[in-house]
Amino acid sequence: MITTTDLTKVYRSRDREVTALDGVSLHVRPGEVFGVIGRSGAGKSTLIRCLNLLERPTSGTVTVDGVDLTALGGRGHRARRPLRQARARIGMIFQHFNLLSSRTVKGNVELPLEILGLGRRERSRKALELLDLVGLADKAKAYPAQLSGGQKQRVGIARALAGDPKVLLSDEATSALDPETTRSVLGLLRDLNRQLGLTILLITHEMDVVKTVCDSAALMAEGRIVESGAVSELLATPGSRLAHELFPVGGPQGAAGRTTVDLTFHGATAGDPVVSRLARTHGIDVSIVGAALDTVGGHQVGRMRIELPGTFEDNVLAIGFLREQGLTVELPAQAGLPGQGAPPPDGAPPPPPASGRTAAAGRAGEAGEAGEGAETVGAEGAEGGAA
Amino acid sequence: MTWEEMRPLLEQGTIDTLYMTFWSTLVAVLGGLPLGVLLVLTDRGGPLQNLPLNRVIGVVVNVGRSLPFIILMVALIPVTRSIVGTAIGPTAAIVPLAIGAIPFFARLVETAVREVDHGLVEAAWAMGGGTWTVVLKVLLPQALPSLVAGLTTTVIAVIGYSAMAGAVGGGGLGTLALTYGYQRFEHGFTLITVAVLVLVVTAVQLLGDGAVRLLARRTRTSG
Ligand SMILES: Nc1ncnc2c1ncn2[C@@H]1O[C@H](COP(=O)(O)OP(=O)(O)O)[C@@H](O)[C@H]1O
Ligand SMILES: [Mg+2]
Repeated sequence: MITTTDLTKVYRSRDREVTALDGVSLHVRPGEVFGVIGRSGAGKSTLIRCLNLLERPTSGTVTVDGVDLTALGGRGHRARRPLRQARARIGMIFQHFNLLSSRTVKGNVELPLEILGLGRRERSRKALELLDLVGLADKAKAYPAQLSGGQKQRVGIARALAGDPKVLLSDEATSALDPETTRSVLGLLRDLNRQLGLTILLITHEMDVVKTVCDSAALMAEGRIVESGAVSELLATPGSRLAHELFPVGGPQGAAGRTTVDLTFHGATAGDPVVSRLARTHGIDVSIVGAALDTVGGHQVGRMRIELPGTFEDNVLAIGFLREQGLTVELPAQAGLPGQGAPPPDGAPPPPPASGRTAAAGRAGEAGEAGEGAETVGAEGAEGGAA
Repeated sequence: MTWEEMRPLLEQGTIDTLYMTFWSTLVAVLGGLPLGVLLVLTDRGGPLQNLPLNRVIGVVVNVGRSLPFIILMVALIPVTRSIVGTAIGPTAAIVPLAIGAIPFFARLVETAVREVDHGLVEAAWAMGGGTWTVVLKVLLPQALPSLVAGLTTTVIAVIGYSAMAGAVGGGGLGTLALTYGYQRFEHGFTLITVAVLVLVVTAVQLLGDGAVRLLARRTRTSG
């Protein structure tokens, strides 16, 4: 539904150049909610603004719903008609809502309909219908200043849907909202995604947003996509930085003479009493250092950091056993072993599985540690393994 | 001078002043509004970025604003004569008044339009809107309270200039005050004339403030 190939954007001013996008290739499937996460300054806003050509990319192409937008005429804001028509079919919502204070709620929703050239009665009917869809039918005559943040964003969403878009772009749409309002707005986006088959690309710096609504996610750092994929697959991918940040495990790393193991339970394994079975069958004293249970992308996921007595070599059998149970097993300490050089500190090409250098904001602290050089002990097919 | 003698003079003077002010302001709005909007649109990063044009308009506006009105008026006498046929009287005064007020209002329009949040412009672009949409449906409506405040300031400035125009036979309350006060030593009459001017200015200010309040009401949270 949205495809970018090798997108770059360089901002040039008199004395310096900023490469905001550095070869971004992205593929968003029809009907999915795709989250792009990254620190402030990673290039997320630039990316989303390139998708409807508010910003013209320096090179690369953007295709939305089969139309190559970069081939359409006009610079960013001097868009010619075909590009303007394409934009009218792409909804966009913003962090600060961007509603006109001079218009009523209904008037705001009517603006895109005016641009589309609808008649007065048709506009009015459609605007009320859209307000009903976002649960604000009773606020039609209010002015934006009279609404709460969550209500304003709902108006923004209604307005974005006016052109019957197949794609909705959201730039930090919940970042100005409190956690509860964020949840309700994300719930609305989820509903619209399901009911209307709306493809949603959302930008955020909050892991919770990705965790709550996204089917797929990409991690951005310094203008590049560092990692991307379906959220459920990422969680099953050992060494995935996104997975670590989606779901960080707490707890200190192992002392000398002990082996620290991070386990991820998902799908059917989430409820299994694996640890007690390990203790029983292998006669090992397992210490649980940290653990958490959460819902990611609608699935239950558990994370646990355990410590086993003895070195890695002493625990090969136990680790093999854990793998057989269908868990994702990672050994955070393995990165320091000889012969497994740490990734170069800078300029590693994407996707470096775990350079730890550019952990996304939010839980960066904990996640960065956990992600640092995490090494894999193979856990293929963990998803369906125990199903 | 008796009140019976003063009344018709004051009435005619007020009418002339309002007449000059109305037409000059109308021309100032018709000229200053597009100029002010163009100053924003053609500026760096604006949707119609055109720096040479922007500079030219900026210089013209600055020169127009910094020229003392009395000099502008005298300098424009040939122009006025060619347009109106005479350089004396209220109608003739409209020409320099309007030309003086255009750059004045243009700057106020520029300031008002610049204050509009750029995010709103981006939102209009994202909906598929072009420059016209941005100007007519976003910039001007959003700037309306500030524009009305600027209009009030302009009207009051024009009333002030029009009194100055009286010095060279422009007509209106200014001419009355000068001819009767200075030349015939009717100081009482001059005072009354000035009082009427103050009254007119106050009325305009109150009217303008009321309009701005009405427009700004919807941007506040209560109501
Ligand atoms: N209009 C611009 N001109 C110059 N540099 C810009 C512009 N917009 C963004 N940048 C730069 O591009 C980089 C990426 O910015 P942005 O896309 O806004 O990041 P994010 O949304 O992830 O915080 C930053 O270094 C920022 O300073
Ligand atoms: Mg941003």
